[in-house]
Amino acid sequence: MKTLIELQNIAKQVRRDIVRMTNKAKSGHPGGSLGCTEFMTALHFNIMNADPARFTMEGRGEDMFFMSNGHITPVLYSVMARRGYFPVDELNTFRFLGTRLQGHPSTAHNLPGIRMASGSLGQGLSVAIGAAVAKKMDGDNSLVFSLHGDGELEEGQIWEAVMFAGSKHVDNLIATVDYNRQQIDGTTDQVMSLGNLQAKWEAFGWQVVNIANGNDMQQVVDGLNAAKALTGKGKPICVIMKTEMGYGVDFMQGTNKYHGTPPSDEELAKALAQLPETLGDY
Amino acid sequence: MIKIPENIAMKDLRSGFGEGLVEAGRRNPNVVGLSADVTGSVKMDGFAKTFPERFVQCGIAEANMTGIAAGMSLNGKIPFLGGFAEFVTGRIYDQIRQVVAYSNKNVKVCGSHAGITLGEDGATHQTMEDIGLMKALPNMTVLVPCDANQTYNATLAAAEHNGPVYLRYGRPKMPNFTDINEPFIIGKAQILNEGSDVTIIATGHLVWEAIQAAIALEKEGIGAEVINIHTIKPLDSEAIIASARKTGAVVTAEEHSLYNGLGDSVAHVLAANCPTPMSFVAMEDRFGESGTPLQLMEHFGLKSSNIVNAVHKVLKIK
Repeated sequence: MKTLIELQNIAKQVRRDIVRMTNKAKSGHPGGSLGCTEFMTALHFNIMNADPARFTMEGRGEDMFFMSNGHITPVLYSVMARRGYFPVDELNTFRFLGTRLQGHPSTAHNLPGIRMASGSLGQGLSVAIGAAVAKKMDGDNSLVFSLHGDGELEEGQIWEAVMFAGSKHVDNLIATVDYNRQQIDGTTDQVMSLGNLQAKWEAFGWQVVNIANGNDMQQVVDGLNAAKALTGKGKPICVIMKTEMGYGVDFMQGTNKYHGTPPSDEELAKALAQLPETLGDY
Repeated sequence: MIKIPENIAMKDLRSGFGEGLVEAGRRNPNVVGLSADVTGSVKMDGFAKTFPERFVQCGIAEANMTGIAAGMSLNGKIPFLGGFAEFVTGRIYDQIRQVVAYSNKNVKVCGSHAGITLGEDGATHQTMEDIGLMKALPNMTVLVPCDANQTYNATLAAAEHNGPVYLRYGRPKMPNFTDINEPFIIGKAQILNEGSDVTIIATGHLVWEAIQAAIALEKEGIGAEVINIHTIKPLDSEAIIASARKTGAVVTAEEHSLYNGLGDSVAHVLAANCPTPMSFVAMEDRFGESGTPLQLMEHFGLKSSNIVNAVHKVLKIK
């Protein structure tokens, strides 16, 4: 369990990792990664009960996490490495031929911590439900977490899954929506209005927890702990977490420009000047 | 002469699946069933009644069902997801690709009502493309048993096999002629009749038609070797090459599109290893239509008489 300051320091280093990884790979998705840095850090270091040193695919008695918005691997891999799933130096290999750190999460390369491929959007909630249902069948009281982009909610399968989990009372599941209101072709309002998200999830039988600022570490920790306290009460939990795409780097923030575009060398230098090295670069 | 048991009963392959699934559930407590509102139609009701705590009703949502099955497989469950073949393959191809095949999960995709013999419901429900879709996926094993008994055994074999499986079978009652006690060995071709003039390689419902064709050909003095390929992938290339070398002419027969089915797989093996004149009995490049199963098999040229004609054709170029 980390203190708030420790979590914040990890998040600062993770942001450095994100811009360095995507710059070196000359590809990848820094925007959403920067926006979800507090969430990913809090989840892996303080919220989830999972031991990186003893990772198993089965995950019996452990909490599980599925990242349905598979494109934000920079933040996932950085946090996993910093958490101890694999050596931090391996972040150098992100997206290069032969790497375990595939552009989108893969089980084909035996990277500890990854249980399912994602990248084709809209599928991770169903997977998380399956894992949660299987845990219930086995009398395993641990939890299943998932993360989704808000644009991803345009996929129909998400709503099949939302309906299932509400109907079948999958109450050992916490699904978080990265509500950054940005997607590739513009804002979510321009592309496809999400409407009243909270009312939509509630109408399907979910309990909703809001995090007003998902880039405030204290709010993220409190929100996820509040969500955990609501499990086991007959309803699946949805955390609607408002974030800023690109948070932490002033010129990358609040725009969709860096959704799938890495920083150039000049931009990297500017970004790193804003991001202190707290744990040591890989 | 081909030995066929007397008084062959008629039985639907999907019932073989349903009974096999109950037996698989008895043998292994990790076997779970998932259905998308067609539980009775695809004969999963026996499993649902016998093991209600291991059955998941997913509603009319095949994509979600696939993700749930993949998630359930993580802690050692062996999920069998069932539905109409079109709706558990073509409809959700990308889901199967990402969370079953690419993620290499121990999920069994079970497609009932496959092919033209689905019958009166028409082309929306008659998949003739599913074998091609599924065999194109790395990690996927593709099983197409030929009768109810073999479907029963294929279901048990799928449960014991660790990895993604597509199990394909049909709706109507068909001759149930294989031995229920004969174990299903994945990847092993079955030579049902030995002959030296031509090889007929068939799968699914067309295996029975191939046997009938061989009987008719024997009366003409043509010795047809009949091979049942119940595993499209991995394909028993060795058995196919050996028979082609022996007879020098090959006819394939399947209730599937001419493209990407058994015929393509066999042609690929032979072209690369033992170029052999071939002829194909399969669905032309078109969609099906409403009719009874028998009418449709006749209409689209999937009967024993069509196999006999294909043999005559290939023997002319042998």
